[in-house]
Amino acid sequence: MSFAELHIDRVRRAFGDTVALRDLDLTIKGGEFVALLGPSGCGKSTALNCLAGLLPLTGGQILMDGRRIDTLPPERRGFGMVFQNYALFPHMSVRRNVAFGLSMRKVGKAERERRVDEALRLVQLTDHARKFPAQLSGGQQQRVAIARAIVLEPALVLMDEPLSNLDAALRIEMRTEIRRLHQSLGLTTVYVTHDQEEALALADRLVVLRDGLVQQIGSPEEVYAHPANRYVAGFMGYRNLLPVRLSSSDEGMASVVGEGIALTGVNRDGLTEGAAVAAFRPTDVVVATEEGENTLRASVEVVEYHGREQAVEARLPGGEALHVRTESRLAPGDEVLFRVSRERVLVFAP
Amino acid sequence: MTATVEKPATPQDRPSLRHRLAERGLDRTIILLLPALLFVLVLFVYPVLYGLQLSFQPKEGGSPFGNYTRFFSDSYLFDTIWITLRLAIPAALINVLASIPIAYRMRGRVRGKRFLTTLFVLPITLGTVLTAEGLLRYLDPTGWFNKVLGLFGVESLRLIHNYTGVLLSLVISGFPFAFLLTLSYLSGIDPTLEQAAATLGADWRRRFRYITLPLLAPGLAITFCLTFVLAFSVFPSAYLVGLPQGETRVMSIAAYEAAFRDFDYPLGSAIAMIMAVVMLVVIGIVLLWRSTLYRGATGGKG
Repeated sequence: MSFAELHIDRVRRAFGDTVALRDLDLTIKGGEFVALLGPSGCGKSTALNCLAGLLPLTGGQILMDGRRIDTLPPERRGFGMVFQNYALFPHMSVRRNVAFGLSMRKVGKAERERRVDEALRLVQLTDHARKFPAQLSGGQQQRVAIARAIVLEPALVLMDEPLSNLDAALRIEMRTEIRRLHQSLGLTTVYVTHDQEEALALADRLVVLRDGLVQQIGSPEEVYAHPANRYVAGFMGYRNLLPVRLSSSDEGMASVVGEGIALTGVNRDGLTEGAAVAAFRPTDVVVATEEGENTLRASVEVVEYHGREQAVEARLPGGEALHVRTESRLAPGDEVLFRVSRERVLVFAP
Repeated sequence: MTATVEKPATPQDRPSLRHRLAERGLDRTIILLLPALLFVLVLFVYPVLYGLQLSFQPKEGGSPFGNYTRFFSDSYLFDTIWITLRLAIPAALINVLASIPIAYRMRGRVRGKRFLTTLFVLPITLGTVLTAEGLLRYLDPTGWFNKVLGLFGVESLRLIHNYTGVLLSLVISGFPFAFLLTLSYLSGIDPTLEQAAATLGADWRRRFRYITLPLLAPGLAITFCLTFVLAFSVFPSAYLVGLPQGETRVMSIAAYEAAFRDFDYPLGSAIAMIMAVVMLVVIGIVLLWRSTLYRGATGGKG
């Protein structure tokens, strides 16, 4: 059932006048783990439902090794799906939930039992096979949903924010489980999430979406270190996005000025003049001892304790907030000189 | 570990009486139940108990069970049970079965849903008498229905003043209830369950059979009970579009005749009691079946 290449060709989906997904182009290789990342309403779930066949396309096509599959109903695509709310059949035991797909495919009883046992063992639910979904905890329900999807060894596993209903500790634990399952089974997976940490941790490749448009496609390293635009940067943890104006630019660097600030950074969009955005991470800001290049004076307003570090929100002279994560101990009211090194500042078109 | 020393409870230490009552669910809002309680006592419990004791005092005297032995030995009375069941059970079944596909199509967002729902529910507002009048005109040998049949060379059908007429009337007046109930039960089933079944390879028939129907069945049982009760106590349409002295002589007609034509109140009461028992038996059987089904939450999280 597995494939070499799944080609998503200019797939478009509109609801009435609103276009949820514009011309998505993506080629997924067999065995790959692709994460669709974006805030709610960016079209990532729409893309997943289009892949699953739960939503018909408005335009474009989906080809699996050159064969069109977007005209097939969901039950004939052979993809496994894990839903955000798990969608476990409440009137069936865990075992029958997991066996459902196999019975629909008329797999023989002995074979079915063997594969269900195997899937339950993989998600460590062998002891809970006779229980009903309502008797399970959130994490266990989640694992049943995963077992139900992977027991068919589908060509493609689709996961729609599967961890968003779990508490923080369990979420990290299940994230590791999902990665482990992908490593051991090698099932091609498309994973939808709004959590960039989750996407970075799990995926081989990230697709960042916004308003139905692809912003960037790349490996976690690429997207994390070299965000394509200010939007992706904002999503990848560049919390400081200061509105500035270009003063000079040369050799890929740019100097920018704002109200009471002057910075030099990497000129990502090849700007020569006009308005720009200076983006940098809170972790790249340090407390400076003396005035110099890329120093910023700000007054500390809020300090949050995060163990070894403090998360500090300070106010710049122009009134913008400056987010800082630092090991230095600061207190509200402090006037502090911060510095951020020039290669850590990215200058984007606004 | 700190051991808690149980102090002997002194009156000062105990929570106030109001607090203790509230713990048991008794607080001032209980007053809000009073009107309903009064209503049930005065308009339901008392009349039923009064009727019950009346049914044990036959008009002619004798054994307190006289009315009951009379009912069960007089086939003209006894047969009304079968006549009524023969009407009410098929009517309730038709209502429930017809409401399933329509509600199935109408759940979720459908263009013109409100208009269609209003159309389906309208018969409730009309009342049985108006429905019966309409049926009489429409299905009359010279009415529209038979005229149209005549165009196709079909002989006119006798659809009123018989069993069919009453059954039709019961379906028309009972369907809206069945439809509304079924629709709300169906809407309570998480649509992602069917989507999940689809991705697991189930076509729509098997999605309905293995997912929707099992989750809907307990609701259908309740729907059946309600429309059955409505149909079982049929009176106006049995009179107006039926054959009240023949094949649609239902229990309520027998009870009415006993009480208000022959002025035999005790016999009327006895018939009413038997009616209640028959209904309870049918409902009991349906609920017994329902208790064997899955009745938990029908949301996606189980």
